[in-house]
Amino acid sequence: MSGWEKSAITLAVFLPAFGALVIAFMPRGMDRLVRGLGILFSGAALLVGIIMLFGFDYGAHDGLQFELKASWISAINANYHVGIDGISLPLFELTLLLTFLCAIYTWKFLPEPGRPKGFIALMLLLETGMAGTFIAFDLVLFFIFWELVLVPMYFLIGIWGSANREYAAIKFFLYTLFGSVFMLLGFLALFFNSSPHTFDILQLSQQGSAGLALTRSVQNLIFAGLFLGFAIKVPMWPFHTWLPDAHTEAPTVGSVLLAGILLKMGTYGFIRIALPILPDAARTWAPAIAILAVIAIVYASLACLAQRDLKRLIAFSSVGHMGFVMLGIATLTPVGINAAIFGMVAHGLITGMLFFEVGSIYDRYHTRQISDIGGGMLQKIPLLAGIFAFTAIASLGLPGLAGFWGEVTALLSSYSPAQILSGHLTLFRTLMVFGGIGTILTAGYFLWTLQRVNLGTLPELWQERALPDVTTVEMLAWAPLLVGILFLGLFPRVVFGTTNDAVTALARVFTGG
Amino acid sequence: MTHLLAQAAPIRNPAIDYHAIAPELVLAGTIFVVLFLDLFLPRDRKWLAMPVAFVGTVGSLAASLTLIGSLPRRTFGGSYVIDNFAILFKVFFLAVALVVLMLSYRYLRDGRYYQGEYYTLLLCSFLGMLTMPSSRDLLMLFISLELVSAPGFLLAGFRKGDPRSNEAALKFFLISVLSTAVMLYGMSLVYGVTGTLRLDGIAAKLSQPAGATNLALAAILFVVAGFAFKVSAFPFQFWAPDTYEGSPVPVAAFLSVASKAAGFAGLLQIMFVAFLPRADFWAPIFAVLSLFTMTIGNLVALQQRQVVRLLAYSSIAQAGYMLLPFALATTNDAVVNKEAFAAAVLYILIYAVMNLGAFAVVVGMTREAPGILVSDFAGLGQRAGLIAVAMAMFMLSLAGIPPLAGFWGKFFIFRAAIDRGGVGVWLAIAMVVNSVISLVYYVSVVRPMFLEPVAEPVLPFRPPASVTAVVAFAAAAVAVVFIFPNLLLHFPGVSTLIGQ
Repeated sequence: MSGWEKSAITLAVFLPAFGALVIAFMPRGMDRLVRGLGILFSGAALLVGIIMLFGFDYGAHDGLQFELKASWISAINANYHVGIDGISLPLFELTLLLTFLCAIYTWKFLPEPGRPKGFIALMLLLETGMAGTFIAFDLVLFFIFWELVLVPMYFLIGIWGSANREYAAIKFFLYTLFGSVFMLLGFLALFFNSSPHTFDILQLSQQGSAGLALTRSVQNLIFAGLFLGFAIKVPMWPFHTWLPDAHTEAPTVGSVLLAGILLKMGTYGFIRIALPILPDAARTWAPAIAILAVIAIVYASLACLAQRDLKRLIAFSSVGHMGFVMLGIATLTPVGINAAIFGMVAHGLITGMLFFEVGSIYDRYHTRQISDIGGGMLQKIPLLAGIFAFTAIASLGLPGLAGFWGEVTALLSSYSPAQILSGHLTLFRTLMVFGGIGTILTAGYFLWTLQRVNLGTLPELWQERALPDVTTVEMLAWAPLLVGILFLGLFPRVVFGTTNDAVTALARVFTGG
Repeated sequence: MTHLLAQAAPIRNPAIDYHAIAPELVLAGTIFVVLFLDLFLPRDRKWLAMPVAFVGTVGSLAASLTLIGSLPRRTFGGSYVIDNFAILFKVFFLAVALVVLMLSYRYLRDGRYYQGEYYTLLLCSFLGMLTMPSSRDLLMLFISLELVSAPGFLLAGFRKGDPRSNEAALKFFLISVLSTAVMLYGMSLVYGVTGTLRLDGIAAKLSQPAGATNLALAAILFVVAGFAFKVSAFPFQFWAPDTYEGSPVPVAAFLSVASKAAGFAGLLQIMFVAFLPRADFWAPIFAVLSLFTMTIGNLVALQQRQVVRLLAYSSIAQAGYMLLPFALATTNDAVVNKEAFAAAVLYILIYAVMNLGAFAVVVGMTREAPGILVSDFAGLGQRAGLIAVAMAMFMLSLAGIPPLAGFWGKFFIFRAAIDRGGVGVWLAIAMVVNSVISLVYYVSVVRPMFLEPVAEPVLPFRPPASVTAVVAFAAAAVAVVFIFPNLLLHFPGVSTLIGQ
C-alpha cells in the first residue's frame, strides 16, 4: 500500500500531462479519438483522486498524507516534495473534477477554430499545473506548477477566445507573470533567510512560527513580493483588471477553469505560504488586505450592476466572491480561513457552473448581451433557464446552497478577528457591515439579471428560432456540479470537517493556542 | 656534463602535453584537410567539405572527452590549463560547432556560396574558442580572442552580392578592431603595473595595496571596455543587429551563440581570476553595463518585425543577463563569487541551446521567406505543428518561463543576486521587470504561429533534414534540462577555476 500512498498524487498530477504529450503526437484528423483521450486521461486522474478520498485519514490533526519527498536539484536543496492535507484536499479534488467535466463538455462543444488536438492537450497541461500547485510543498516546485498554467491558458484564450481574445490573452499572461516574478524573488529571499536554508514549505512554516531571524521591515518586504504574486492571481482589487477581459474573452472551458481553479491558486498561496511563513508581516498586512477585500466586494457588485454582457457580469461577480475569501483570510482566525476554503470550493462549483451556462446560452443565442437575449428564456428553454436560476441563486448566497456558508462565515469571522488584530477591531467590524451591504447588492444584481434574462416576454426574434434545450452532454457535464452545490449547501460539514484540523494547526501561530 | 645536460634538458625541450592539446591538434588538422580538399573537389562536389569538417569536429570532441578523467592538466609552462572549466567549454563549443555545421549545410549549397572557404574559416574560429578557456595568460587570451573574431569578419560578409552583408562585415570588422586596440592597450597597462601576464600572477599583484593605483584601475577599465564590444554590451551594442541581419543566417547563429560565449569565457577568466581582488572597483561598472544592456536590448527588441534583428536585440538583452553575475562579485565573499560564476556559466550554456534552436527554425524559414519577417511565421502551427511548438518553446525559454530550461538560467542568477543582497536585490528586480518586458516580443513571434490563420491552401513546411534534426535536439534539450537541471549544474559547480 505504501507504494500507492507515495505515488498517488504524482499519478493524478502527471497523468494529464502525459495525456497532453500523447495527444500532441497523434496524427491529424482523429478528432473524436482526441476528445475521447481527453476524457480518458482527465477521468483517470479524477479516478485516482476519488480513490485517494477513501484513503485519506480525516482524523489526522496535522501533517501530510500521501507524502513523497525525493531529492530533485541537490545544488539548491530543492526537492520534489508533494503531499496533501485538509487544506489541499478539497481544492485538489475540485481541480480534477472540473477539468474532467470540461473534457466531457468539449466532447460536444468546441469554439472556432476547432483544432481539438491543441485544445485538449493544452487543457490537460493546464490541469497538471493547477493540480500541482495545490500539492507542492517545495517553493521551487510550487512556483513551477504555478507558472505552468500561464502558457496553456494564454493559448486557450488567444486561439479559442472571442473577438478581443489576443488583447485579453497577452494581458493575462503579462499581468500574472509580472506578479509571479516578484513572488519568485520573495521565495529566494525566504530561502536565504531560513536556517538551515530550505525551500520546503513545512520547514519554512515551522521556522516562521518560531520566528524567522528577520527584521520586521525585511519580513514586510518579502511579504510584499509574495503579496504581489498572489494578489494578482486572486485577483484582489485593484489588481483585478486582467480578469474581466480574460474571463469574458476565454472560451467556455477556459473561463470555467480560470474562475473555478486558477483564482484559487492565489488565495491558496496566501493560506499555505504567506501566512504561516511570515506571520508577523501577515499581521501587519491583514488590515490592508481586509480593506482591499471589502472594496473588491462592493466595487464588484456595483460593477456587476452596470454590465450589459452576461459573461462579463459573471466575471466581475468573481472579483466580489474572491473578496469574501480574502476577507476570511485577513481575519487570521481558523473560522475565517475555513470560511475562505469553503468559499473557494463553493465558488469553484458555482461560478464554474455559471460560466458553463453562459457558454451554452451564447451557443444558442449567439450573443451575450443581456438586452439582446431580451428575457423569456424560461419560456423558450425552460431547463437551461431553470438551471441558470438555481446557480445564480446559489451564487448570491441563499441559505441551503453552497454559496451561503463561505460568505456568511467569512463575515462572521470578521466580527471577531484574531486576538493579535484586536487593535483593528473597529475596522474589521466596519468592514463586516460593508461586506454585508455587498451581499445585498450581490443579491440585487443576480435577481435583476434573472429578471432580465429568464423572465419577461420572449422577444419576437427568438420565437421563430429553434433553440435546443439542455443536451445530454451538457447535462452529464453539469450534473455533478449541481449536485455538489446542493450537497455542500446542506452538509457544509463535509468541507469544514476536512479543513478544520489543518487550518487550526496552521492558524495556531496567530491564535496562540 | 651529464649533470648539466639534465639541468638544461627541461629548458631546451619544454614538455608539451600532447594529449592535453589533442582536441586543438585534431581540429587544426581538419582545417588543413578541408582547405586542401576543396582545391581538388569538382564544383558539384564542394559540399563534401561539410562532412569532412563534421567528422573532424567529432574527432576533436572525442579527444576532449578522453581528457575528462585526468584533470587538471597544465602545459606550456602553466599558461595553458585544461581543467573542468576548460573542458566544459571545449565540449560545449565543439557541440555548437556541430550544430552550426548542420545549419550551414543546405544553406550554403542552396545559396551557391564558397563552401570550402566557409568551413575552413568557421573551424578556424572554433579553434580559437577551444584555446580560449584554457588560456591562463593575457597573451594567450588575446590570441584566442582574435582567432575567434577574425574569421568572423569574412563569414559575416559571405553573401557578397548583398550590400547589407558587406555592411555587416565592415561594421563588425571596424568595431572589432577598435575594441581590440582598446583591450590590448589595457592589457599592456596591466603588464606594466603587475609585471606579469599570468592571470593568477596578476591577481596576486593586484591584491597588494600597490595594485590599487589609478593606472591599474584604468587598465581594468580598458580591458572591460574591449570585452564589452565583443559581447555586444551597452554602449557598444549597436553593431550587433546590423551584423546579424546582413550575415548569412547560420553565421548570425554562430556569432550570437559561439562568438558571444567565447567572449564570456574569456571575460569570466579575466574578471573572476585576474581582476578579482579589485572587484569592488569593477563590479559596479558591470552593474551599470548589465542594467543598460538588458533594458536597451529589450526595449528596442519590442519594435522589431524582422526575426533576425529581433533575435539580435534579444541576444543583447540576454548578454545583459549574463553580465549581471559579474556585478555580484565581491572581494571577500567566496560563496557569492562561486554562485555568481556558476550562474553565468549556466546561463551561457542554456542560452546557447535555446538560441541555436530558434536560429535553426529561422534557417529553415529562409528557404521560403528570405526576408524572415515575423509575419512569415503566420499559421506555422498548422503547417508544421511540432516545429512551431519547438519554436514556441525556444521563445518562451528565452523569456524564462517554466517549464523550460531558460527558467533555470534566470533562477540561478536571481539566486546569486538575492544571496549577494544589497545591490544584488535591485539588479534582480530590474532583471525580473526586464524578463516580463521581453515576454512581449518573444510572444510576438509565437502569436502569429498559432493565433493567425494560415493562407489557403495550407502548404507543408519542410525545412532541410539537418535543420529539423537540430530543432528536435534543441527542443528536447530545453525540456530535459528543465526536468533535470542537475545535468548542467554538475559542471559549473565543480569548476576549479574560481577556487584557485
